Amino acid sequence: MRGQALAIAAVIVSGVTTMVMFLSTYDSLLHTRESYYRENRFAEVFASLKRAPDQLAARIEAIPGVERVETRVAAAVNLDIPGFNEPVIGKLISLPDTGEVQLNLLYLRRGRFIEPYSDDEVMLSETFANAHRLLPGDTLHAIIKGKRKALTIVGIVLSPEYVYQIAPGAFFPDFKRYGVMWMGRTALASAYEMEGAFNDVALTLNRGASLGTVIDRLDELLARYGGYGAYAREDQFSHRFLSEEMRQLRTMATVFPLIFIGVAAFLLNVVLNRLINTQRDQIAILKAFGYSNAAVGLHYVKLVLLIVLLGVAAGVALGVYWGKELSLIYMEFYRFPYLHYLLRPTVVLVAAGITFLAAVSGTLFAVRQAAALSPAEAMRPESPVLYRVTLPERLGLQRFFTQPTKMIVRHIERRPVKSLLSVIGIALAGGIMMVGNFQEDAIRYMVEVQFSLSKRDDLSVRFIEPTARRALHELQALPGVRHVEAYRTVPVRMRFEHRSYRTALEGVEQGGELMRVLDSRLVPIELPAEGVVLTDHLAAILGVQPGDMLTIEVLEESQPVRQVPVAALSKQYLGVWGYMRIDALNRLMREGEVISGAYLAVDPPARESIYAELKEIPRVAGTVVRKTAIRSFYDTMAETVLFFSFIANMLGATIAVGVVYNTARIALSERGRELASLRVLGFTHGEIAYILLGELALLTLVAIPLGFLVGEGLCAFLASQFRTDLYRVPLVLEPDTYANAAAVLLLSACASGAVIWNKLGRLDLVAVLKTRE
Amino acid sequence: MNNKISDREVVFHARGVTKVYQMGEVAVHALRGIDLDLYAGELVVLLGPSGSGKSTLLNILGGLDTATSGQVSYHGRELTRADDRELTEYRRHHVGFVFQFYNLIPSLTARENVAAVTEIARQPMTPEAALEVVGLGHRLDHFPSQLSGGEQQRIAIARAIAKNPAVLLCDEPTGALDSATGIVVLEALERVNRELGTTTVLITHNAGIAEMADRVIHLADGAIAEVHLNPVKKRARELSW
Repeated sequence: MRGQALAIAAVIVSGVTTMVMFLSTYDSLLHTRESYYRENRFAEVFASLKRAPDQLAARIEAIPGVERVETRVAAAVNLDIPGFNEPVIGKLISLPDTGEVQLNLLYLRRGRFIEPYSDDEVMLSETFANAHRLLPGDTLHAIIKGKRKALTIVGIVLSPEYVYQIAPGAFFPDFKRYGVMWMGRTALASAYEMEGAFNDVALTLNRGASLGTVIDRLDELLARYGGYGAYAREDQFSHRFLSEEMRQLRTMATVFPLIFIGVAAFLLNVVLNRLINTQRDQIAILKAFGYSNAAVGLHYVKLVLLIVLLGVAAGVALGVYWGKELSLIYMEFYRFPYLHYLLRPTVVLVAAGITFLAAVSGTLFAVRQAAALSPAEAMRPESPVLYRVTLPERLGLQRFFTQPTKMIVRHIERRPVKSLLSVIGIALAGGIMMVGNFQEDAIRYMVEVQFSLSKRDDLSVRFIEPTARRALHELQALPGVRHVEAYRTVPVRMRFEHRSYRTALEGVEQGGELMRVLDSRLVPIELPAEGVVLTDHLAAILGVQPGDMLTIEVLEESQPVRQVPVAALSKQYLGVWGYMRIDALNRLMREGEVISGAYLAVDPPARESIYAELKEIPRVAGTVVRKTAIRSFYDTMAETVLFFSFIANMLGATIAVGVVYNTARIALSERGRELASLRVLGFTHGEIAYILLGELALLTLVAIPLGFLVGEGLCAFLASQFRTDLYRVPLVLEPDTYANAAAVLLLSACASGAVIWNKLGRLDLVAVLKTRE
Repeated sequence: MNNKISDREVVFHARGVTKVYQMGEVAVHALRGIDLDLYAGELVVLLGPSGSGKSTLLNILGGLDTATSGQVSYHGRELTRADDRELTEYRRHHVGFVFQFYNLIPSLTARENVAAVTEIARQPMTPEAALEVVGLGHRLDHFPSQLSGGEQQRIAIARAIAKNPAVLLCDEPTGALDSATGIVVLEALERVNRELGTTTVLITHNAGIAEMADRVIHLADGAIAEVHLNPVKKRARELSW
């Protein structure tokens, strides 16, 4: 009984742990974010533009609903880090030299703030500083407008704008190759010829102000200054990523615990049924003495309550421990200055409540059956189970079965529901384990598709501003560059009927090697002469089909508005974009042969020298090296993936062992007598073990493929949940995912089997001769 | 068949057999020095009140239990120092058991219950033949739950003899049956003993049954109180209790 209670408790613990872990992490992140945003005055509206005079700030502030305004100068820059040869891009953001920072306050981690009017002091984002082990006092160089400028680091900071720090156009954070820095306004403005002007603005709103109206008014104001379109906090990249992540946490916090608690309820029901049946005569005596059904029921409920309480207590403790671990893992990617770990009492109550409810309902059902018997009836032994010759046997297979094998098959057939429930329990365990591995495989696939099939450059180079196509020659001429393809990126707002979406249009070379747009079968699309190819998800958002006319509002330069047909849909797992042939885009923009940057294929040995050369070219704003970025992504993801994989496998194994062990243990108590009789008759330990373990093996083997189905279903469900404009998770299930689940199931079954084997060795052969049932 | 029992071959030879076991804090002396020889082909009844040690002795003879001290040998083969594997092998090939509560496998038919044993035996009868001996040739494909107590017990006997054991040990075979059915069962045992020559040891607390034995061994308080011969064995049909 103890072993069984322990196994059930383990399943309960798993359920409660998962719920507490995910929900407490979610609450903690939410609460931490709210505090951080509030204390550091994270802005509500953002806009960048080409250039506007400082005086415009007053007019922005005058917009009804605006509470605070902060104008800034921001610029992209190439960085030169001592000891690191690969291209590093950075963003420089200004801090006011006079007065206080109004919005998006920085959180100082080490060192100090910059001195007002200093010419070369900067503060560095913590992730970047840590990645390069930079400390206050160190120096780095920025290539500003072609000139090398030495910058002194005085402080390490965190910013609410960069909780999730990711380079523009990148898909995942790369702390080594993208950094954010803050510098004095005067120094930065003079370096970029922005004295008396700003190109970036952030706002907070008054209570009750209309967000949409403010954004519209801001756009109107900034239009003549080359505004790229204002957006609200919810579209701010860092915030959006974080919100998505938290939404997923929530999903996981509901699905998994329910599975565990469901299995626990089932196990409790089965075990208690068994237990109560062995105590039929005791129940009869109690009832004969006048105890009511309720009183009898209460007695067993108390037993269950004990198991549940222990399970919940342990589950909460473990859940808190792992919740903190999980939070720390999230903190690796989402940089909050602190973590307010929060376990809401509601979470504990809900977890405990659901568990208790499931357990008690399972118990009461069993108790009710027993208590419903009249005392006299209860004191008689149970009427024997009616066996039948099973179907496979009737089909003529009978002569292939030894008697022990017949016993196995018929025992399963006689209790189809119980056997089915055991199979389902084991299958659920297998399914859960598959989810753990699925994440890793899906991510790998996404990256494969994006970076082996679609974007295949070694380097991508971005120019400071759109440039004539001639600039390609300069790149082509670099020694070691094998191939160059141009691209043109234009920020746009796409409209169809009443729906709109803000994204970018990318113009690429037709028939390019380095950048290819893929269709739903992942085959490169031949870009049409006119028309735009949309990511399938974007098309769904806009509600368009190939053939529809899309309105495109360009958000830079002269801001033309055009009607463009949707030519085709492309499959992409990361981001949403529109693609056109570069010449078609140039025509759309009524510009000549203009490019925003280029993709390069280079000879590996020449890489280092190419990076160095690119740093020297003034018009190059930034360079991104694909391969190293991917590798560092996998490295950073490894920890998260391992954590989830570990949890999923452990929890899956817990259910598997719980179900298999309990099934076996119950079978042992129910059939101990007949197995002991066989021992008396001369059957060996191994031969009777076959009868019991053979049934378990059969159930497990049937459960494995069913588990695969359950796993596929669960993964498909999760993949459907993780479907946003930032990324779509494909349903990718590699053979090793299946193999892992099957292996853990088999191992769990074997472990339970080993325990049963031992118990079979200690059957009391003498006692069996005298007992009736 | 010799008339004098003691001229026959000795099947079991027991000397100074004791059995002590712990029940909580109390040491129970189930057997206090048993000296006993059992001969081939005889039908022996172990008679005595409950607690006299009859079952304990039977279990030791059957290799289900081991003596605390003393010696037991079967056809010269030492049982007292045998390990679990050897005892299992001994029971498998040499001993047939019949239990008070039949202990049939509920998920197997009558024929299959017998087949379970014949499958692992060296020189068995066919299940059909064994069931013929006990008069159940027509109920082969019924499950135990479809059969009466008497029929179940007879199947158990068929199961016990199907392996052609040298020894048949029966612990209160009629204990769960009414007298009429009990007689049918005893008839089956009698027939087995007579036709197959199997040494049969039968435990009962019922003195009436003892009249069908060759020898009756009275046990009391873990020791043999008396052994007496039945000069004339009653037929099972003639018994009454």
